[in-house]
Amino acid sequence: MEKSVVFNGRLLPYLLLAPQLTITLIFFYWPASQAIRQSFLREDAFGLNSEFVGLENYQALFAQPEYYTAIGTTAVFSSLVTVLSLGVALLFATQADKNLKGGSVYKTLMIWPYAVAPAIAGVLWFFIFHPTLGTLARPLRLMGFDWNPMLNGTHALILVVMAAVWKQVAYNFLFFLAGLQAIPKSVIEAGAIDGAGPLRRFWTIIFPLLSPTTFFLLVVNIVYVFFETFGIIDAVTSGGPAGSTTTMVYKVFADGRLGGDLGSSAAQSVVLMVIVIALTAIQFRYVERKVQY
Amino acid sequence: MVEHRPLRDLVAYAVLSLGVIIFAFPVYVAVIASTYDAATVVSGNLPLTPGSRMLENYYRAVFVGGSRFMNQPVGVLLANSFITAIGIAVGKILISILSAFAIVYFRFPFRRTAFWIIFVTLMLPVEVRIYPTYKIVADLHMLDTYAGLILPLIASATGTLLFRQFFMTVPDELLEASRIDGAGPLRFFWDTLLPLSMTTVAALFVIQFIYGWNQYLWPLLITTKDSMQTIVIGIKKMLSTTDELAEWQLAMATAVLAMLPPVAVVVFMQRLFVKGLVETEK
Repeated sequence: MEKSVVFNGRLLPYLLLAPQLTITLIFFYWPASQAIRQSFLREDAFGLNSEFVGLENYQALFAQPEYYTAIGTTAVFSSLVTVLSLGVALLFATQADKNLKGGSVYKTLMIWPYAVAPAIAGVLWFFIFHPTLGTLARPLRLMGFDWNPMLNGTHALILVVMAAVWKQVAYNFLFFLAGLQAIPKSVIEAGAIDGAGPLRRFWTIIFPLLSPTTFFLLVVNIVYVFFETFGIIDAVTSGGPAGSTTTMVYKVFADGRLGGDLGSSAAQSVVLMVIVIALTAIQFRYVERKVQY
Repeated sequence: MVEHRPLRDLVAYAVLSLGVIIFAFPVYVAVIASTYDAATVVSGNLPLTPGSRMLENYYRAVFVGGSRFMNQPVGVLLANSFITAIGIAVGKILISILSAFAIVYFRFPFRRTAFWIIFVTLMLPVEVRIYPTYKIVADLHMLDTYAGLILPLIASATGTLLFRQFFMTVPDELLEASRIDGAGPLRFFWDTLLPLSMTTVAALFVIQFIYGWNQYLWPLLITTKDSMQTIVIGIKKMLSTTDELAEWQLAMATAVLAMLPPVAVVVFMQRLFVKGLVETEK
């Protein structure tokens, strides 16, 4: 869709675009191209000399057992967070869609965690599940369960998953509720007249109509889990214990900052870029197809 | 109407109430912890009712700061977070409303190119290009400055796309009318387009304020002085000490303070927030 009436300006449109283009070129294109360039270079420890090494950084990266561990952790972490937060959000959204008295109050009470910073969410959950201070760790201990996310990798992963899900449910709830409210009531009534019960109606009518929302959320959630959860992991576990919560993004940070290995860190960044671009491309193709109807 | 059954509603109330409790519980515990003295919190037997040290703890956190974990009072960190979040929100709105105006209301060479240059930024979050961006900010002497905290985070297309979408729905008659009145592009922008865009501006402000306030990795990297740190980072610094020394009651008071502004914005501006969110993601 294009405007049929426009202004004629020679200089003005460029002036209007200048601020955004300048910031984008300096802080987006320049560093993004540097990340790609650096992934083909080896620098000495002081960053004084660098030498073109082709794919060596990538080969070294994919020869590292730790990288596969990080990929595995990322896969487990992101699928757990995505599936749990989508599932819980869908459950809440279907209940909130029932035209209840005080429904808007419930809506407000459910969306506020969206505004909490991931790192803060992590610290809150760490506090209630802290092995010695935690309010909820006490009952676990009394039941004879040796809960210790500071020493046990599985416990640490459970803890960061809980914090990430807690924060993400609000976002998914909002989109599911909007999706549910967009379904015409007449369609559901038609199902009811045909004798379909509530569960049957959900699976055969509501859920298929909700699938565009679900697909959109799936992609957005995967990107969320990849990047925004960095704050949770750094604040709660710092990737530990013994690397059990080191995701791919955390490893980029740790290798670059703590390890000083910029070549490997850059190669990891490029791998992540490819993943995000692929996800975004899938999302846009899908969205475009949806628009054509 | 679909059948109305009281039992069904009861189940809904029960499920939603349970959800609300789970959402609120960690925050409730944090608020409680911020009202006790250090010894009670560390004992591992924190009561579930408020204690008596609330004012003292918050006063110490905001104005004094605990010397053991961080040499800055939380008041300074709060101010940094406000400046950063408002800078990101206002900066993003400014650059993106102008560029969207150019793209929608003018025909000029390289218009499509300019649009694509901006559009591509959707694909790469700052997290995947942190070290090169860090280096550029350092070369420009922007470490430990508000410009360094703000500018790299506003280089993305979400705002431009949102305004473009909105401008497309503005009827052409308005432009024709303002032309008949002899208005140039800037007059039209200021007198007609901007007043119409206020809801979109406000929605984008809410979203970007929260985004800016909650940043973690970027401020962590480019601030070296405690006095330039944001509150979300400050909290991690308070806890990155051995367990016996961490002053949890102050850390929890800080967590509560760090949550209040963005949560208040979402709760009070709910309608705008939802509108902005749903439209940017389209």
